[in-house]
Amino acid sequence: MSDMKNNNMAENQNISAEVQEAETEVVETETAPKASLIDEETDVLKATVVKEPSVKKTKKSKKGKDDEEQVYHKPLIKRRKPNRSIAGDLFLYLFLVLVAIVMFFPIIYAVEAALKPLDELYKFPPRIFAQNPTFDNFSDLFVTMSKSWVSFSRYLFNTVFITGVGTAGHLIAASMAAFVLAKYEFPGGKTFFKIVTVAMMFTGYVTGIPNYIIMSKLHMIDTYWAIIIPAFALPMGLFLMKQFMEGLPTSLIEAAKIDGATEWCVFSKIVMPNVKPAWLTLIIFSVQALWNNPASTVIYSEEMKTLPFAMRQIQAGGIARTGEAAAVLVVLMIVPIAIFIFSESQILETMASSGLKD
Amino acid sequence: MSQLLKDYIKVKKHNFRIGVKKARLSKSCYLFLAPYAIIFTMFYILPVVISIVFGFTYYNILEAPRFVGLQNYISLFLEDDIFLISIKNTFMIAIITGPLGYIGSFLFAWLINELPRWVRSVAVVVFYAPSIAGNCYVIFSVFFRGDAYGYVNAFLMNIGIIDTPQLWLIDPRYMLPVCMGVILWMSLGAGFLSFVAGLQGIDKAQYEAGYVDGIKNRWQELWFITLPNMKPMLMFGAVMSITQAFGVCEVTMALCGYPSTDYAARTIVTHLFDYGFSRFEMGYACSIATILFLMMILCNKAIQSLLSRVGT
Repeated sequence: MSDMKNNNMAENQNISAEVQEAETEVVETETAPKASLIDEETDVLKATVVKEPSVKKTKKSKKGKDDEEQVYHKPLIKRRKPNRSIAGDLFLYLFLVLVAIVMFFPIIYAVEAALKPLDELYKFPPRIFAQNPTFDNFSDLFVTMSKSWVSFSRYLFNTVFITGVGTAGHLIAASMAAFVLAKYEFPGGKTFFKIVTVAMMFTGYVTGIPNYIIMSKLHMIDTYWAIIIPAFALPMGLFLMKQFMEGLPTSLIEAAKIDGATEWCVFSKIVMPNVKPAWLTLIIFSVQALWNNPASTVIYSEEMKTLPFAMRQIQAGGIARTGEAAAVLVVLMIVPIAIFIFSESQILETMASSGLKD
Repeated sequence: MSQLLKDYIKVKKHNFRIGVKKARLSKSCYLFLAPYAIIFTMFYILPVVISIVFGFTYYNILEAPRFVGLQNYISLFLEDDIFLISIKNTFMIAIITGPLGYIGSFLFAWLINELPRWVRSVAVVVFYAPSIAGNCYVIFSVFFRGDAYGYVNAFLMNIGIIDTPQLWLIDPRYMLPVCMGVILWMSLGAGFLSFVAGLQGIDKAQYEAGYVDGIKNRWQELWFITLPNMKPMLMFGAVMSITQAFGVCEVTMALCGYPSTDYAARTIVTHLFDYGFSRFEMGYACSIATILFLMMILCNKAIQSLLSRVGT
């Protein structure tokens, strides 16, 4: 009904309608009791604007019905925030910004320190931002350390290798287990999952000593596998993956089975492509655990040691090595942060199903 | 009576047989589970069993373990003063940083929830970055350097709060507070992400319904609608922060040294490392690990039963 009205009004009231709309919105926020009356007005007026011949507006007119409904709900949603004042909001946002600065400052400082040339590092009074930023510290890592016993690139390779293999294996093993735990019922399945959730409650430090004993019996000490293999079974990954897979419709799997797919086929062709957000989440947690693992307790050979360990050694090098130490620090922290930034929305999607039910 | 027992056994036997049959039918399930389950059992379940068993022995890797009964535990609590210091420190850190970090995670997740989408995603990165930045906390050893050129010292001396530089990381009085601050800085971790995601997932219609039903202010909204909806995430976050709070060692070791002055920054995990990997007294270390394990599990169970009452 209102649409017909609009058609007539559309031609001559374009501009004035916009102005009026702006006015009515102001009124709307101030006088809540009259909401229903104003509602109808804005409804009409909005629809009027819709009929404008520009491309953007025509797009809007296709969704005309949704718009009407949204406009209808609008006052209710506005009244939902009962005791919020502008001063309170401002204070909150100011507080948030302040905390954000405090949180991020050390990271900014670390990055800037890595970019400073040596003479600026010890300038007094100190400055946060580098005046002549260089990448010398990063290239120094490769140049100076190439003459040392174990070159920097070897440390880098060790860490990349451990992180890559560990994460890939963890992703595969954890999703296979999560798939059957989430979608099938079989004796022992629920108990196993409960044990995994309990395992989330104690850190790797508790198992560190016995793990060392087990690994020495398996002759895995002083190999990459001492770090990689335990990482395959990180409890957190299985937990998140299982929770996320439970949201997958079972009918999808049943349909594939009716079409004659084998169990493995269902897993690799149906389930895995559908849980990509969870992949990224597993990857970030696993990378975070492995990339920063100094692993000094299970690896003794210098040429197999990891980047965090190298950082400690460079730091021990004292004042002359300050710039390089900062550069390693940046290399260490930039990788997990970068992965997180690129996959944030998917990770949040996964975390939405991360709840722990009793 | 005996008839009852017989019936009971009969039912149990029957159930067991059905279980076996089901297990046979779901062979492929076990195949899928096998890779994870084997590694998990080997490196997560077995170690706990081993540490409980070896906790009662004297074992130094070279000789075969020798059973000593409760000797390890007795000397831990009665003779090992450093262990008592480490327990005290761990509890201090856990009690202060655990709840604060947890509440902070929720508070910030809640505050950024209503921001526009892109601001929110930037805010999540900013708040979450410290906890994934790995070894970034070592930068604090620059800030808290002991001479007058350390930033904190210089700042406090400039505004006149202190007149001589303080040895923040060497003086036992300041070590723990400094470490706590750094741990708090890193505490917005996986739990925080879970909260952010959980808050986004709450059905907006519930708030409208709640408003119709007479919810007056935002605190009521939080208590009656938001928190009950968030309960599973709150549980998850609690597990994460308790685990983190009891497992503190890297920060204290990196900032205050290992060993620290007067053992003022020694935690249970540091003690564990000392005996396990420096002195190779594995039996003793295993008994420490068992105590830590029990503490974590009990604390988790207690917090979970507490949290299950939220919003009721």
